[in-house]
Amino acid sequence: MSRHRALREVSRGRRVLIRVLVLLTLVAGVDYLVWRWLDSVNWAHWWIAVPLALAETYSLVDAFFFGLTTWRIRQRTAAPPAPQDATVDVFVTTYDEPVDLVLTTARAALAIRHPHRTWVLDDGAREEMRTAALEAGVGYLTRSADWVDRPRHAKAGNLNNALLVTEGEFLLVLDADQVPSPDILTRTLGWFDDPRVALVQTPQWFSNVAGSDVLGSQAPLFYGPIQQGKDGWNAAYFCGSNAVVRREALMQLGIVGYVRDVERGVARALRAARSVVAGARRDAAAHGPAVAAALDAVDVAVGRARSELASGQPVSDVTHRFQRRVDAAGRDVVADDLARLHADLAEIAALPAPTVGGGTATLTDDVVLTRLAHRDWSPLGALESVKALVAAVEVDRAGEAQPVMPLATISVTEDMATAMRLHALGWRSVYHHEVLARGLAPESLGAMLQQRLRWSQGTLQVMLKENPLVQRGLSLGQRLMYLATMWSYLAGFAALAFLAAPVLYLVAGVQPVVSYGDAFWLHLVPYLVASQLLFRVVGQGLRTWRGQQYSLALFPLWIRACVTAVGNVLFARELGFVVTPKAGGDEGPTWRLIRPQLVAMTLLVVAAVVGTVRLQLGLATAEGTYVNLAWVAYDLLVLSIVLRAARHRAPRSPERTRT
Amino acid sequence: MIELDTSQAHDVAVLRPQGRLTMVHAGDLRAAVDQAVGDGRTHVVIDLGDCEFMDSSGLGAVVGGLKQARQAGGDLRIAALQPQVMTVLQLTNLDRVLRPYGSVPEALRGD
Repeated sequence: MSRHRALREVSRGRRVLIRVLVLLTLVAGVDYLVWRWLDSVNWAHWWIAVPLALAETYSLVDAFFFGLTTWRIRQRTAAPPAPQDATVDVFVTTYDEPVDLVLTTARAALAIRHPHRTWVLDDGAREEMRTAALEAGVGYLTRSADWVDRPRHAKAGNLNNALLVTEGEFLLVLDADQVPSPDILTRTLGWFDDPRVALVQTPQWFSNVAGSDVLGSQAPLFYGPIQQGKDGWNAAYFCGSNAVVRREALMQLGIVGYVRDVERGVARALRAARSVVAGARRDAAAHGPAVAAALDAVDVAVGRARSELASGQPVSDVTHRFQRRVDAAGRDVVADDLARLHADLAEIAALPAPTVGGGTATLTDDVVLTRLAHRDWSPLGALESVKALVAAVEVDRAGEAQPVMPLATISVTEDMATAMRLHALGWRSVYHHEVLARGLAPESLGAMLQQRLRWSQGTLQVMLKENPLVQRGLSLGQRLMYLATMWSYLAGFAALAFLAAPVLYLVAGVQPVVSYGDAFWLHLVPYLVASQLLFRVVGQGLRTWRGQQYSLALFPLWIRACVTAVGNVLFARELGFVVTPKAGGDEGPTWRLIRPQLVAMTLLVVAAVVGTVRLQLGLATAEGTYVNLAWVAYDLLVLSIVLRAARHRAPRSPERTRT
Repeated sequence: MIELDTSQAHDVAVLRPQGRLTMVHAGDLRAAVDQAVGDGRTHVVIDLGDCEFMDSSGLGAVVGGLKQARQAGGDLRIAALQPQVMTVLQLTNLDRVLRPYGSVPEALRGD
């Protein structure tokens, strides 16, 4: 893809052709699926027949989303001229990438033609990075002290930290390896002439990938027809790098998010308050009447705060009064506590003094400790739950480093989550289809898998936490566009059915369909032809086969992403997320990374042999065997890419060196 | 530019941003609140009578100041908002957290 390739609009003829094929695909697909469910599911073997029919339904929905996306495919031409007075901060984000690699990007960023300031955002806070950045003449930013012992939120946190200490109207976000063209701002800033535009995303393109692209790093279908289609629905989304963002839009998102979180947090704390106070009251008797009285006062304060909130009073006022009422109650406890402390000190002073000899001294210590434990010297400490409650009825968002978090922190793919929130607030986005930065793709299978795992986990986190279907402010088209991306990550389960069905037939004669007769072909062929034609026309001139292969071949990864994302969102488990390594590679073939695929391929081959033998023995029909053998061949062809990937060694690129 | 008035009481600072409070000056406001709170003036009032325009970065600085003041045991209040500032306050729902007071004396009394 050349940087200076002319930006041409999608021709009218092409758009009409795409729409006709979309309609044909959907009509034929619905016909096929309705027939499958009503007449073709072999209920005798429902345990595989139903999963297969479900997998096929999943694929039809996927085709529907693909059709919907391409329905409004939009290729923009050049942007209006960039406004000369627009102020821009260029952020180069890094965590642990080699200093040289970051500097190459930073130097290229300095050379961007539109006036701007360049910053290296070093989340690793490395001294050698600081020195190198300052020597190169670029700004250097690390997290402020506020982030110590608070959630760091990975890259979103890094950017949020930098947003508070910079002031440009726009920001260009670049991953450490994405070397920008000097034109990147000149070519994109003009889109912000529309004051509603919050984001301009440009493609990610990798310079260290050979034509064969064994690891499937280039995403020509995504940074092409898919983003262009989403753009048509005003749903092109932020991909974390090579994008220009309007600061005002992000800050507005941060303020709105602050209000939402404070309202929720305070309301939740006050709802929980009744039971917290009731629980504390059970312990209160041991701490004397002052504590019981204080708890009564807290209870009253909670009731008043709740009714004040319900009557629509500003949260800041309500919490301020609540805090003061609780403080007043607390002072009484402390006074009482001090009196008791003095009394106890007097008692301890009256205990037998240690005599000469270790044994006695130990005994004495034990006596004191026992008394301390028995009496519980800190009535306030015993009411931890109350203290936590009081701290939660505040507007300072004390659990976070910054009260205002412009970039969404609900997901490890902060970019997509942020874009969806921007769209929900009514902002617009632009996909500018011109390569204006060149990056480095992962060079080993392990690194590539980690990256894909992170993307899929992040996308699924967003789906589970902020389901686009129920987000206020999004149009129906935008909801479906976001859902389409999330839907595509559920492919792993469908793949299981597509792999198991032919194996079961060839090995055991378990047939998931009633028959492979004429009716089957009559319904299936038009659907297959229409959908393949649509895919070919949309992907015309693009290398889409790798992407197709990986969407099936990485099925264990997609399933793992679903399981871990659900575990994370619903049960607060770790995702197992690490920052994507972009440099270096593993030694030797990495077979262990593709074990499930190797098992699947072995089963497919064994099934093919057994199926052929069964045919010879007259145990299976020729029709069923041939269909399933073809199916096995297709599965093997698709899966075979992981064999190449496991042995893959990146070519050493002459223009970029990696340490 | 931000004017500082400490004549109200020993623990009160009144900050008066002039003109436009945008991403360019948000840092100044944050620094001014920091300074005031650091000096023990934990009750901060931001008098917006001379502030004709504020953007979301300006609001962000106000929220940052609110956190500072609260954590120091005080409070931060905003007063005398111009129509445009009132609009952005409502647009971001921030009026559901911060009450816009009519004047500095009202903000100090809390009514």
